[in-house]
This record gives sequence, structure tokens and C-alpha cells, in this order.
Amino acid sequence: MEGLTLSDAEQKYYSDLFSYCDIESTKKVVVNGRVLELFRAAQLPNDVVLQIMELCGATRLGYFGRSQFYIALKLVAVAQSGFPLRVESINTVKDLPLPRFVASKNEQESRHAASYSSDSENQGSYSGVIPPPPGRGQVKKGSVTHDTVQPRTSADAQEPASPVVSPQQSPPTSPHTWRKHSRHPSGGNSERPLAGSGPFWSPFGEAQSGSAGGDAVWSGHSPPPPQENWVSFADTPPTSTLLTMHPASVQDQTTVRTVASATTAIEIRRQSSSYDDPWKITDEQRQYYVNQFKTIQPDLNGFIPGSAAKEFFTKSKLPILELSHIWELSDFDKDGALTLDEFCAAFHLVVARKNGYDLPEKLPESLMPKLIDLEDSADVGDQPGEVGYSGSPAEAPPSKSPSMPSLNQTWPELNQSSEQWETFSERSSSSQTLTQFDSNIAPADPDTAIVHPVPIRMTPSKIHMQEMELKRTGSDHTNPTSPLLVKPSDLSEENKINSSVKFASGNTVDGYSSSDSFTSDPEQIGSNVTRQRSHSGTSPDTAAPPPPPPRPQPSHSRSSSLDMNRTFAVTTGQQQTGVVAHPPAVPPRPQPSQAPGPTVHRPVDADGLMTHTSTSPQQIPEQPNFADFSQFEVFAASNVNEEQDDEAEKHPEVLPVEKASDPASSLRVAKTDSKTEEKTAATAPANVSKGTTPLAPPPKPVRRRLKSEDELRPEVDEHTQKTGVLAAVLASQPSIPRSVGKDKKAIQASIRRNKETNTVLARLNSELQQQLKDVLEERISLEVQLEQLRPFSHL
Amino acid sequence: MAVCVAVIAKENYPLYIRSTPTENELKFHYMVHTSLDVVDEKISAMGKALVDQRELYLGLLYPTEDYKVYGYVTNSKVKFVMVVDSSNTALRDNEIRSMFRKLHNSYTDVMCNPFYNPGDRIQSRFVSLGRAFDNMVTSMMIQVC
Repeated sequence: MEGLTLSDAEQKYYSDLFSYCDIESTKKVVVNGRVLELFRAAQLPNDVVLQIMELCGATRLGYFGRSQFYIALKLVAVAQSGFPLRVESINTVKDLPLPRFVASKNEQESRHAASYSSDSENQGSYSGVIPPPPGRGQVKKGSVTHDTVQPRTSADAQEPASPVVSPQQSPPTSPHTWRKHSRHPSGGNSERPLAGSGPFWSPFGEAQSGSAGGDAVWSGHSPPPPQENWVSFADTPPTSTLLTMHPASVQDQTTVRTVASATTAIEIRRQSSSYDDPWKITDEQRQYYVNQFKTIQPDLNGFIPGSAAKEFFTKSKLPILELSHIWELSDFDKDGALTLDEFCAAFHLVVARKNGYDLPEKLPESLMPKLIDLEDSADVGDQPGEVGYSGSPAEAPPSKSPSMPSLNQTWPELNQSSEQWETFSERSSSSQTLTQFDSNIAPADPDTAIVHPVPIRMTPSKIHMQEMELKRTGSDHTNPTSPLLVKPSDLSEENKINSSVKFASGNTVDGYSSSDSFTSDPEQIGSNVTRQRSHSGTSPDTAAPPPPPPRPQPSHSRSSSLDMNRTFAVTTGQQQTGVVAHPPAVPPRPQPSQAPGPTVHRPVDADGLMTHTSTSPQQIPEQPNFADFSQFEVFAASNVNEEQDDEAEKHPEVLPVEKASDPASSLRVAKTDSKTEEKTAATAPANVSKGTTPLAPPPKPVRRRLKSEDELRPEVDEHTQKTGVLAAVLASQPSIPRSVGKDKKAIQASIRRNKETNTVLARLNSELQQQLKDVLEERISLEVQLEQLRPFSHL
Repeated sequence: MAVCVAVIAKENYPLYIRSTPTENELKFHYMVHTSLDVVDEKISAMGKALVDQRELYLGLLYPTEDYKVYGYVTNSKVKFVMVVDSSNTALRDNEIRSMFRKLHNSYTDVMCNPFYNPGDRIQSRFVSLGRAFDNMVTSMMIQVC
């Protein structure tokens, strides 16, 4: 590297920064992670940062020596001043302002005070600002030196301090207040009297409003005054460096000192809480937390049981109420145990509280534990420039989170998840409207959305979900070729309905996969179909577009009932078409009571259909969790209707099977008679609206394909059972003449629809049964009351 | 809309009781207290079978002129009692069930907190446990109309 000439101010500033980054106190090499963080705080684009790193030779050497570091800082200043990055510019650019580092994790660099004095101000603010690291002895030291520095920093202190420092302000507020401090008017800084932390605090409040923002923290850090702090800081154990992590921490140290002395007793647990934002966990802090975690639970991927965590946090001597609040905040999945992320969040909150910050009402974003790999993957993508950083040791811990900083980036994902979660709840509440049987389709979307959050939350790893999807797709391939195209459409129809039901035919397993498949193609749905869980599998897909895309074959667009129409029409017109139409009609599905025959590929279509039916209804009840039963009712109703229709249609085909299913279906009919009619009407319009009857049993078409669909055609003839319903349904369904070419698709579609209908009906059945139970219960209670009221009549 | 929600421990002392402030709270407390008898009766009636066969939702405990009282009991004999306004005819049984389900979930969350000792009152005034529980109850009281 070329020789670097630095002005005095620069020299001091850079050495301070170096000390800051020199958490290992080697005085020679700075930790990459810290440096990267610093550079990020400079608010330079990632490529610029990389370029700087290259230029200064760190990339070549693999580490940041002092010279490299200084050069890098100079380049940062160059870049921030808008000059092109050149090696020569290091020495040629005159009067280069000191590099700015935003106080908050990422902002530290941005705010670099233009002048050292301003930096000093910032520093002062830091001292005030960062009380946290109470436990850190270093902090204390910092505070000592801080006093000397104070005059300068006080002015600056305000900025960063506000969020962090003052107990006056609760941390959560911060990023704004943080920012405000960013730049204090440099003028007054140096003159600030040393008043001590007191004045800092007040200016903090003022500064907040005025200053540019939290960046100041860092800038405060840089000024020379901190240098002394730095020195002391550097000497202090790495833990204290945590404090210094924030540039502001330097200042904080000074202030912290005053405050920290009391906290010393608190012990390292209270590592300087880097409140960049202000809840961000610095690397050192994180490392510390991880180490503590290991003392309790050696497996980083494991949990800390509640009792152990309770003991551990009780040592912090916080009141139980606060500890329980912290627990409530940090136990994200409410399982009574703490994962590494949760533990770090809890620890961080404890530290914050110890430092005087008020506990937030809800968990700050940066403390959100990584719930799902989804976020992780997203985070990884988000941090291209942090490659070096991620390599830092601090990142070691949680496998879940690629890096702490990624937490912030995961926030969008988290937000999305939370939004999904929220929407889910909203939908649940609105699900009650589903009971009207008119909005069959309406819930489809919400349900589908609901489907997303549900599986995500429960599925620990995205990879797993992906695997499930892969499995699904794999199963798809097993299906005969052509059906794939058709089936997806049919399946999608089914899915739509299923999705509305929300559990997609209650396949718990499928539910998860459904969620995956929801985003995946219909092929997965098809695979589901093959597994005879078509309903569930397809539902996610259908959920997306509420009305399933018009089936390739209009003839099968609708559930069995529709098929009936076509069947009849077709049969009269063309045998083939009729045949095609018929097969789609799912053979009467076995009632939910019937054991679900998972025979996906039954030789007899009717059987297959029946089994499918049985499985689908059963699957529906299997997922009561998020079920909106009302949705089920609606769906079940429609399903029931559909199924009934389907069954009727399928009757002719498989007599033995149908016999079994027929009684079942008739049973169902009996039960759901009144409802069926409503539902039929409801489903009919719903179906119609959907365009294609999603209720067509999905698996059936698949199976049919396997064999030779033509064989199945005959089933259409059965209308024994709900002919009336069927007719109504059929009538509602648009009957479309099918060409031979579309027959298969139509069959598949109809099968799918039938299956969907089946599912709906099954659900309806279960709901009705439940209602019956409730009514009986009420009756019993009423009778009891009546007896009680009757005075001794029985005596 | 629930006008009063109460959580009663196994030993029949209240863990949490909250009413909408408009009414005379004492009346609600009394209603909840008297409903405990009905709850016990239902439990014993159903209790012939094993506990796990017993359903958690007890249903309408008894109706008065103005109010209806619903009950729910967990497997650990912790009882939830909810008093709703009779004028809310729109409140269906399923909705009551879902409200109880939410109550149960929130109660479970409180239980999961290792800093909560079973048998303590669920206090929400501090920044502590019960905060979420209380919020949930509030939402139930406000929104379920």
C-alpha cells in the first residue's frame, strides 16, 4: 500500500476506529466482522465497500492490518465525499472529511462527523447514549476517559444517545431518535462542558429532535477525544468492546462509566447492548449470548427449558414481573423453551432493561428469532456484501440465522409472515361468514393465504417443505402423461374449493405440503391427487386463484353434478362425450365414516373414487386446527352436494363399490338433506362461479387415466341419489359439449370436481354432526335445569 | 360480546376476572361465583367417564334474564366462565366455542412462561405475564359483538 499521510485528526480518528474494531486487542489486526460492520455503517453501497477493501489490500491479505484499516477508512472518506475510489486519492485528496459512520449498526459510518469536533460531540452523546453495557468493565473505563472527552462528545452525545442512552427514552423508540442525533451542530460540540453524563442526557433529548439521526453515535466515536476511551476501551476485555461496537459506545462508555459503575456488578451478562437500532445485537454481544447459551445447553440447535431459563435470568436480579414480560416477548413460538435466537433476544432484553431501557411492548424486529428457513434464505440473499462479515466468528452461532444483521433484513420476511399470520386471524374471524353458503368461493383466497402461514409456522424448515413438494411433484410424474395437464386444472379447481375449506381436505400432511404446493405448480396438486389426497394437495393451488382456471374441458368444469349434465346431454348426443362426462363423475364416495381407502389407483374407478371420497372427507376432519368450521360447513355442504351428485353419477359403474358408498352417501344425504339443498344451491352458484367445479374429485381423474378412462364412463349414469340435486347442480353448471380430445380432461376435471364435492360434503357432514352434538348438549342442560326448577316433582 | 370473563383455578378461587366496567362488577362476580356450582355439576355428570372423554366446552351453564353464562373447563380443572349479554342473539355456540378456545390458548401461553407460578393471579397491570392474556380478553370483549 502506498504511504498514507494522515492529518492529526485523521490519525486520531482512525486509531480510535481501529481500536474500536480491534476487539481482540491485538493492536494489529482488526476483526473482519467489526470492520465490515463499520463499513456498512458508512452507508456506502456494498460494491464500494468491496472496492475499498480491495484497494486497501485487506482482500489480498485476508485481514485488516492497521495500515489497511487506515487506508480503508481514508477510502471511505473519499467515497463519502463523492470522489472516485482510487488508490492515489488517498493522499491526493485534500481536506477530506473524516469518514462518517452511522451510529446505528448500519448507519454508524454514514454519520461521520465532518470534523473531529463534531465527532467528539457525538462521542459525548455516545457516552450518554449507550448506557447499556453496564456490565462491561470496559464501559466503565470508557466512562472515565469519557469525562475528559465529554466536553466534546456531549454535543454529539445527543444523537445516538437518545435511543440508547437515556433511560429516559425507551429503546424501542429509537431508530428515529437515534438518527436525530446523527449530527449535531458541530459548532458547539467541542465547547460542551464536561458536565458529565447529566448534561448529556438533556441534550440528548434536544438533539433528538434536531439531529440528523442516530448516526452521530458513530461519529462521536471517531473523534479524538474518544481516543483515550479507545485506549482504555481497547484494553478492556472484549466484552466491553461490545459496547464500543457502536461507535457511540465510545461515548457511551464514558457515560456508561458513570452509570456503569453501578452496573458493574451486573456482570458480563449485561454486555453492552448495542442498540443500533436500538435493539440490534452486536457481534460481541451475540457471541457472548451464545456462549452463555452453551453453558446451559451445549447444543446450539436445542432448546433451553423454561425452568433453566428462569433460573438463569433470575440471576439478573430483575423483578419477576419484568422477567416474565421479557419471556413473553422472547418466547416467540410460545413453547415454554428458548431456542438460541429466543435466548439471545431475551438476554438482550435483560441487558437493555438493566441498562435502564424500558421494555418494549412487542419484540423489536432485530430480536425476532429466525423462525423459518425461508427467512434465512432470504437473508442470505440480502447480504451479498456481508460475506466477509458472515465469516466473522461472531456469526458462528445459530444455524438458523446466517448472521445477526440479517435479522434486520429478515424483517421484511418476518413482516410478511406476520402479515400472513395476521391475515390468517382476520380470515378466521371472517370465516364465520362462510356459513352462509354463499361465499364458498370467497374464502378461497383467504383460506389460501391462511394456508401459507399455517404451514410455514409449523414446518420448521423450508427445506423440508421443499422436499415435500418435490415428493409431490414426483408423484405427479407417476401419473399418466396427459392427465397432468388436465389434472392440474381439475386439481386446481378442487384446490380452490379445498383451499376455501382451508385444510384442503384435512390432509394434515398434505396441508403442509399443500402449503408448499400452493406456491408450486398444479403438478404437485396432481401428485396429491395420485395420492388420493387430491383435495388437500390441490387446495393450495386452487387457493391462489379463487376460481380455478377454466378447465380445459368445459364439460368437466364442474363437479359431478355438472358432469351429470354433460353426461346426460352427451350421452344423448354422443356416446363418447357422454362417456367422458361420466367418468369425471366420481363414483359415490364412501362416506366419511367409511374407511378411507388409500388405494390411489384402484382398478375400478368407482372404487377409487369412493376411496377418494372417503379419504377426502376424513381428511377434512383431520385438520381441525385452523379450521374454520364454518368454512368447512360451507365447503362440506358444497362437497356433500357434490359428492352426492358424484356418487349418484358414479353409481352405475361400480355397483359393489357404489353400494357401499351409496348407503353412505344416502346417509349423508339424509343428514345433510336440508343443508344439502341449501348447499346445493349455494354450491351450485359457487360452482358456477368458479367456472369449473372444483369439487370434481381430483384423484379420480388420475386414476382413470391410468386405466383407460373410457371404462369409467359408464358411471355417469347413476343418478339415483341425488338426482334432484344433481339436476340442480348440473343445471347450474354450464354444459359444454366436449370433443373427444377433451374428454380426458373433462373426465379428470369432473373427477376432481367430484372429489371436491365429496370433500365439501364430508365437511358439511362433520359440521352438522357437531352442531347436532351441540344441540343435544344444550338440550341436556336445559333438561337439567328444568328438573332443577321443578320443585320436588319427582319425589 | 362477553361482558365478563373469569378464570377460576382448580380450587375454585379466581385467577383472573374481568368485566366490562359499565356494569356493576359485583353482580358479575356473583354470577360467576354461583355458576361454579353448575360447572361442578356438569363436571360430575360428565365425569363418570374418563377425563379425556369429557369435553372441555360445557356450553350454556344457565341463562338469566339479561345474561347467559357459558362455561369451559380444562383438563386440569381450571375453569373459564364467560358471561354474555342475552341481547346478543347473534352469538352462536360456535362463536362461544372459539372464544373459549382463544381463552384457553392464551391461558396456555401464560402457563408456558416459566416465571408464572401456577396458582398466581394472572396480572396484567405489570409489564409481565397476563399482558397478552389481558389483551386477548379485551379484544374478546370489545369485538365479539
